[in-house]
Amino acid sequence: MPFELPKLSYAPDALQPYISKQTIDFHYGKHHQAYVNNLNNLIPGTRFEQATLDQIIKEADGGIFNNGAQIWNHTFYFESFSPAGPREPSGQLATAIANSFGSFGNFKEQFTKSSVTLFGSGWAWLVRKPDGSLEIVQEPNAGNPLRNGMVPILTCDVWEHAYYLDYQNRRPDYLQAFWNILDWEIISKRF
Amino acid sequence: MAFELPKLGYEYAALEPHIDARTMEIHYTKHHQAYINNLNNAIAGTDMENRTLAELMTGVSKLPVAVRNNGGGHFNHTLFWTVMTPNGGGLPKGDLLDAINRYFGSFDKFKEQFSNAGMTRFGSGWAWLIKAGDDLKITSTPNQDNPLMDLAETKGTPILGVDVWEHAYYLKYQNRRNEYLAAFWNVVNWEEAGRRFK
Repeated sequence: MPFELPKLSYAPDALQPYISKQTIDFHYGKHHQAYVNNLNNLIPGTRFEQATLDQIIKEADGGIFNNGAQIWNHTFYFESFSPAGPREPSGQLATAIANSFGSFGNFKEQFTKSSVTLFGSGWAWLVRKPDGSLEIVQEPNAGNPLRNGMVPILTCDVWEHAYYLDYQNRRPDYLQAFWNILDWEIISKRF
Repeated sequence: MAFELPKLGYEYAALEPHIDARTMEIHYTKHHQAYINNLNNAIAGTDMENRTLAELMTGVSKLPVAVRNNGGGHFNHTLFWTVMTPNGGGLPKGDLLDAINRYFGSFDKFKEQFSNAGMTRFGSGWAWLIKAGDDLKITSTPNQDNPLMDLAETKGTPILGVDVWEHAYYLKYQNRRNEYLAAFWNVVNWEEAGRRFK
């Protein structure tokens, strides 16, 4: 079964003014779709033909890893947003964030800094480590923390294609906007 | 001595329609300027202030990562602006054309391999034509690394470079990096590339 582009749970203009319809059209419709197409072209005849994306992320290298991980990363990223959801965590995740970072405000500050300072293309992640604690990590290009035994909770795409039409060189402005479209009900379920 | 943004040899709109004025302006005044500011901050108060940019590049493996990233960014963009011109395109001349024919078979085969190096650089980076000893080679580097750096996988003197960070083409070409790389050939300054080859 070839991989397919998962449906978005909101309209492409639903995240405006924080992320424009134009950005979603390219980011989801072109970039995410291209990773799906590329992976489907790359895996026939390899040992990854029947593999899950998780297996590909843990075991593959080169183009199969890059495209497989980028499908997973983009799906996880787009699923984190909604036009109207709780903009702060609650329950167990809120407690865990407070335990690991002092407060939600401190966590936002550290996650923003990690996203803004990642040099080049890549992803900032909030992950749960094997010992249960939370940590913020940077991954270059298609990197995904599943490969290192971590559980992803939240990610921010800092490839320039994620924000260049809306914010150009101003990555900090994109990060500021990012917090206004996260749906913490969805994110909490991952924890 | 603090590094400064070098003057552009042409107007922001001069490379239209291949590279649009808005991209040129943001790329030059924001991205390039930021690399210079960050580089100056990274070397301030150290003996790195007394070194040339080329000296920083060739010894970069022993320097802070901020010098690698921002010094590379300054070097690469400075080169990039000079290897483009509104009167560009066409064919290289003289020794450089001979060398390209000799090493790549033909100018078209060279273009194909160079574009391919740009297309297949995953993430941010640069594609290069370099002189390595007596050889001409095509290579690509991640992020703001370049072939002058002692940590580069393939080292040499850059003759031609193209920026494949998305900021170099996203406003005009979005996800179509292939179209940007095709357009690049219309603005290549072969005279400057020829000087760098000598």
